[in-house]
Amino acid sequence: MSNAVKPAPAGDPATREYWEAASRGEFRIPLCTACGRHHLYPRTICPHCGSSALAWSDSPGTGEVYSYTVVHRAPSPAFEADVPYVVAVIQLDEGPHLMTNLLDITPEAVRIGQRVRVAFRAAGEDGALIPVFKPDEGPGAP
Amino acid sequence: MGDSRAAIAGIGESQVGKVPGRSALQLQSDAAVAALADAGLALSDVDAVFTTPVRVEHWNMPAGVVAGFFGIQPSYLSTVDLAGASGCSMIDQAVAAVESGRCEVALCVAGQNLLSNRSRSQAVQSMAERGSGHPQFEVPYGPLVPSLYALIAQRHMHEYGTKPEQLAAVASTIRRHASLNPNAHKRDPISIDDVLASRMVTSPLHVLDCAIVSDGAAAAVVTRAERARSLRRTPVYLRGSGYGLRHGYVGDAKTLTSSGAVDSGRTAFRKAGMTPADVDVAEIYDCFTITVIVELEDLGFCPKGEGGRFVEDGNIGLEGSLPITTHGGLLSGGHPGLGGGFFHVLEAVRQLRGEAGERQVRDAEVALVHGNGGVVSVHCTLLLSNSPS
Repeated sequence: MSNAVKPAPAGDPATREYWEAASRGEFRIPLCTACGRHHLYPRTICPHCGSSALAWSDSPGTGEVYSYTVVHRAPSPAFEADVPYVVAVIQLDEGPHLMTNLLDITPEAVRIGQRVRVAFRAAGEDGALIPVFKPDEGPGAP
Repeated sequence: MGDSRAAIAGIGESQVGKVPGRSALQLQSDAAVAALADAGLALSDVDAVFTTPVRVEHWNMPAGVVAGFFGIQPSYLSTVDLAGASGCSMIDQAVAAVESGRCEVALCVAGQNLLSNRSRSQAVQSMAERGSGHPQFEVPYGPLVPSLYALIAQRHMHEYGTKPEQLAAVASTIRRHASLNPNAHKRDPISIDDVLASRMVTSPLHVLDCAIVSDGAAAAVVTRAERARSLRRTPVYLRGSGYGLRHGYVGDAKTLTSSGAVDSGRTAFRKAGMTPADVDVAEIYDCFTITVIVELEDLGFCPKGEGGRFVEDGNIGLEGSLPITTHGGLLSGGHPGLGGGFFHVLEAVRQLRGEAGERQVRDAEVALVHGNGGVVSVHCTLLLSNSPS
């Protein structure tokens, strides 16, 4: 069933640190040292100010649900066992948005604005981890 | 008159829907032959080709493959790939090419056998893996293509109180329009309740909130306005156009409830010297019901956040204040991939010529056509008229 393994992102030179950090259980995001703003997805040029003076910043991985959807039909066999599952866009406390899965919550309980925190789950066949999010506090937690 | 401007002189489409046994190039050929006959021109008159990539085959250089298939030796050619905005952009670029003297008669053609070439489930998987999601930062989380739009819908509902019934009204109205189009793929009427009772795909979007998958192709011929006036049909003029993009990927968007359509619409209206009140019919891109609501707001037809009520109040039907997507669009008319949005252009031409039959909007003089690609990412707006100025 190798075709049923969830896809692991193939990192590239601009994003490799993000994925390697995730596989160490760390959440690191790009910070522009020129304008002081964070961004995602990782680039080699700041999408806010155009500077290439970028550094990797350790993030607490906290934020809130900006939007979400409950997926009822898997896009590929790897996701069939998870249906229904939650795909969400998180607004990190640093500002950037990112897409992720919300775990450890029943789909009906998800709310926009709900506080969440980063966690990690396996992806691919080589022990890689990718960032996912879980309820950080409040009544949504199981 | 010494008119240096260009005009749309002919349009044509293949059979649309389930059309087994015809390749992408055969369907494009059907459409191109029909468009040239409509204009009263021959293949030998064509000296420029505009097309889009297709998904069912690998074409190394689509415009070259299409021109070669027809035996055209063009003086200008271009492959346009702005996803769903490609249809609008092909017309915009063909008009610019004619007006700058690069060519005299431009054939714009797009479409493919997207439905017959593969099973629906394969199409879904292929789109999810190679479609609009970021390959590293979105696809690994398992969104369907509709999920990316569902994220927009959920946020719109949160911010503005938009309701599933209002989304469903978009699908129901556009299906009614398709029922009046003999070449539409899905013509059986559906009610708001039918949409709400259809299978939930990715909340809050039901299967009837989503575009269909079809076989089909569309074509248009653009030439100098002076020449167009000497041909068979009422010429249709591009009065203004505009582009916009505010995000590349939905996960990266600063906001999901407004889009680059604000910019494309504003530019097109400014160039045309028009306002939304001047538009008689709007062929709005309708890959999902939420797309229509966001575009109606962003293009200035109603205030931000009011799109749901605007639809619910009956404005977008044929008898409403702003009939939209009168051929049935992508939700019901037909959606063969990148060519899908090109049918919206063809319908605008039909409306402006008074040839839309039972779905004709009376005395239509100005049509807006809007295409968007990616996930409400790249936008192209056209303002077309049967009057040159």
